[in-house]
Amino acid sequence: MKKIVIALAGLGILVGAFSAYAGPEEDRQKLVSYFKNKFPDLKFDDYIYSALAFDPDAKSQYNSIMEFPPYLSELEKGEKLWNTPLKSGKTYADCLPNGGKMIAGNYPLFDDARGKVITLEDALNDCRKVNGEEAYKNADPKTMGLLSAYMRTLSDGMKVNIKVVGEGALKAYEDGKKTFYRRAGQLNFSCGSCHVDNAGLRIRSELLSPVIGQTTHWPAFRGGDKLVTLQKRYEGCQKNVRHVSDKAGSTRYNNLEYFHSYMSNGLEMKSSVFRK
Amino acid sequence: MRKRTSIITAVLATLLASSAYAAETGKDIAFNRSKGNCLACHGMPTLPDAEQPGESGPPLIAMQARFPDKKVLRAKIWDATASNPESFMPPMGKHQILTEEEIDKVVEFLYGL
Repeated sequence: MKKIVIALAGLGILVGAFSAYAGPEEDRQKLVSYFKNKFPDLKFDDYIYSALAFDPDAKSQYNSIMEFPPYLSELEKGEKLWNTPLKSGKTYADCLPNGGKMIAGNYPLFDDARGKVITLEDALNDCRKVNGEEAYKNADPKTMGLLSAYMRTLSDGMKVNIKVVGEGALKAYEDGKKTFYRRAGQLNFSCGSCHVDNAGLRIRSELLSPVIGQTTHWPAFRGGDKLVTLQKRYEGCQKNVRHVSDKAGSTRYNNLEYFHSYMSNGLEMKSSVFRK
Repeated sequence: MRKRTSIITAVLATLLASSAYAAETGKDIAFNRSKGNCLACHGMPTLPDAEQPGESGPPLIAMQARFPDKKVLRAKIWDATASNPESFMPPMGKHQILTEEEIDKVVEFLYGL
């Protein structure tokens, strides 16, 4: 009898431990099923189109613009930066895993040795530094923006594949999650207020995009040729809702990007895209 | 005739709103994107110039019937999260998005909808 009680108690602790653990994958699954209930007609793969997925007219305009995107010459500048050897004579392709191809979906990643999140922009800057160059400014549209825009095209079709393994990684993820869901600023919005609770609805004439899929297509060329990186968009978003914004590349934004990108796991990457 | 009157009213309203000396009406404050910005989330089905409203909040209509006690309506605007913590609505008074006087004007305006 005593044995049974102990066994049952043990089971209880085990079950308790499991149900209390809210890991990243559980967070993501919850969001996926939340949106599935909310928008039963929307296919999972269509979330990469963000707000366009809810507006057939805007989507068809997007499709025709994407047949011959106005920013191709900008991407060519990025390609030139990518192919130009660094001071050491090596190129970015020499420095990155798999020659820089089909890897963008793994970023941001958590670097245990350095104890922090490394974005793709950080990885490119690391290449520059070890090869005798100075780092680019994180979100500078003329340098890092163009370089990363081209580099990400080499991962078109890769599925987002963010991993959160180990205590440090989980801590960074949780910090990003907190930034995403915490209400703040004069208007008292969280990122989630708009991009979870009100996703798919219009704020005045603008459709609010769902969090899932948001990170798959950056940098975006807004209005045709104005390059905006994901973290530059964070700055703009926070200013719009009267939060205190950071500068792109801050630890808070890197952790946010880590959480944010995880929520797009399994979706196809496509760089770059047109956005109005 | 009615149409002409409404055009004249609209022109006058625009002129008044653009004049630095004109006092802002409750409607001005409600429509102003950097002030009330009510239309971002709420439709006002009885007002033809309430164009392209957002969909997140309930439409602002029959306000007297819905809020027989004006104080309840004012409290909603001042801090909607006090009565519903899940509310998405910015706390207009609590976070000083609008002044107390501006909120009073908006309440009067809404009471006419």
